[in-house]
Amino acid sequence: MGIDIRSENGAAIAVLSGEIDHHSAKKLRTELDRFIITMQPELMAMDFGSITFMDSSGVGLIMGRSKLLRECGGRLEIHNPQPYIRRVLKLSGLERIVRIK
Amino acid sequence: MEVINEIRFSMPSLSVNEAAARAVVSAFMTQADPTVEELSDVRTAVSEAVTNAIVHGYRGTKGKVEMTVRLLSGREIYIRVKDCGCGIEDVEQAMEPLYTTAPEEERSGLGFSVMSSFMDRLSVRSKVGKGTTVTMRKRLAPHDD
Ligand SMILES: Nc1ncnc2c1ncn2[C@@H]1O[C@H](COP(=O)(O)OP(=O)(O)OP(=O)(O)O)[C@@H](O)[C@H]1O
Ligand SMILES: [Mg+2]
Repeated sequence: MGIDIRSENGAAIAVLSGEIDHHSAKKLRTELDRFIITMQPELMAMDFGSITFMDSSGVGLIMGRSKLLRECGGRLEIHNPQPYIRRVLKLSGLERIVRIK
Repeated sequence: MEVINEIRFSMPSLSVNEAAARAVVSAFMTQADPTVEELSDVRTAVSEAVTNAIVHGYRGTKGKVEMTVRLLSGREIYIRVKDCGCGIEDVEQAMEPLYTTAPEEERSGLGFSVMSSFMDRLSVRSKVGKGTTVTMRKRLAPHDD
């Protein structure tokens, strides 16, 4: 599991890689929250292109970050999820809260 | 239903074992040559059941999670995940989509929904104070050979 966050003109891109489960979500949450709180980005895009696995712990991670971003006046987008991760996203109804591209 | 092959293992309730359990099940399933989608469905369902045992069953205390994985005749995968944790008071309610007892831990109440939609059959037996056993089955698409 890896994470690399960059920011440009108020927009942040978090490139995630590997597997998101209950175990790995803890570290991702800490790193993402630290960034969101200090940088207060207007937009954060999480690039899921290199995520190879995600279960409902990932849904909790996305919902929590989306909420935190909204509280800081920003919003979240999910980019490039693989088809089988899209199915988990779809089941969760997340598409109504977070833009998925 | 004939059991063609079976693997059993048990692991302590450490979150690092969520990935280990998925890896064992993936390796076991290779013999049935599943599609990418079938494999990812089973891996996700296993992850949900094992995570529930660790997160809810044992609530951060130490305990054992026992797993049985079988390949049955007719290309069916059978999975059982058992914990001896706190148990579930109302199983029907627990299985409702979005129902969770741990919202402050960013749980979304989707684990059982994922298990039931990614597998063909799901059954949950639980006794308060004794533990929980989740059994799932999925039939893989027929093969030519
Ligand atoms: N093995 C278990 N032992 C005790 N309680 C359990 C167990 N599995 C599930 N539960 C109870 O059932 C509820 C629903 O489980 P489910 O997996 O659907 O959602 P969740 O784990 O709360 O959230 P998510 O899976 O989306 O992270 C849990 O909140 C918990 O109260
Ligand atoms: Mg769960």
